[in-house]
Amino acid sequence: MTFTGFDPERFFRAGLGHGGALGIQYHAHGADWAELSLPYDGKLVGNPGTGVIASGPILSLMDMATSMGVWLRADAFVAHATLDLRVDYLRPATPGKTVIGRGECYRLTRSIAFVRGQAHDGDPDDPLAHVAGTFMAPEGYPR
Amino acid sequence: MRLPPYADLLGLVAETGDDGAPVLMMPFATQVLGRPGFLHGGAISGLMEMAAIVALHAALESEGGGEIKPINVTVDFMRGGRDKETRSRGVVTRLGTRVANVEATAWQDDPAKPIAAARMNYLIVRS
Repeated sequence: MTFTGFDPERFFRAGLGHGGALGIQYHAHGADWAELSLPYDGKLVGNPGTGVIASGPILSLMDMATSMGVWLRADAFVAHATLDLRVDYLRPATPGKTVIGRGECYRLTRSIAFVRGQAHDGDPDDPLAHVAGTFMAPEGYPR
Repeated sequence: MRLPPYADLLGLVAETGDDGAPVLMMPFATQVLGRPGFLHGGAISGLMEMAAIVALHAALESEGGGEIKPINVTVDFMRGGRDKETRSRGVVTRLGTRVANVEATAWQDDPAKPIAAARMNYLIVRS
């Protein structure tokens, strides 16, 4: 399944599925990167004692942002799957603040996309998470 | 153990495995859907992180309890999650004074055929 061109804004307007349940929204994009936002919500909390959101929603945000970075770099919507994703949780997200996740595709081969990204909650120079991962397209990425 | 709001968002249900160890079950529902007909990788990861946290809390309780903070997670996705119940359990491979190493797998029909696996490091602040 490949559609030429990719419009991340339109892609995210539906608000369906897991991203919709978490409240993830489109924020910005470039030629090989996308930024998504995750507004603070009590239903995301992992530690009721501190109000800090769980690490899972951050991972979901970064999985989606890096995935969109690949579609932007490929300039096409290509069916692909996450092979692996590593997340370093540099510090807890500040309760009440919106988290911005930026995902970038820095290398695209015939079937593998290499991605990296960072998440912050207001200051990009003070990130709360750093990620690295790979995606695979069974039918290949357009070259 | 009382599960946090994020576990409720995923719809997680605590079960007891054959050997008495805790298992978390995630029903298939729209809030964990990725591409049509498949689970979202983030929801599978969230399930495994919660299973790891439950296992780590259980291990810590026997030593007097404590707070845990995630340092990192590495997730390998092995096959697509289909439209059925998904289960996960965490195994504490090492519980040190300050750091714990935990592994978790997620499966659907057969625990021997996981759909994903995760390795996690946690910082421990003992009570």
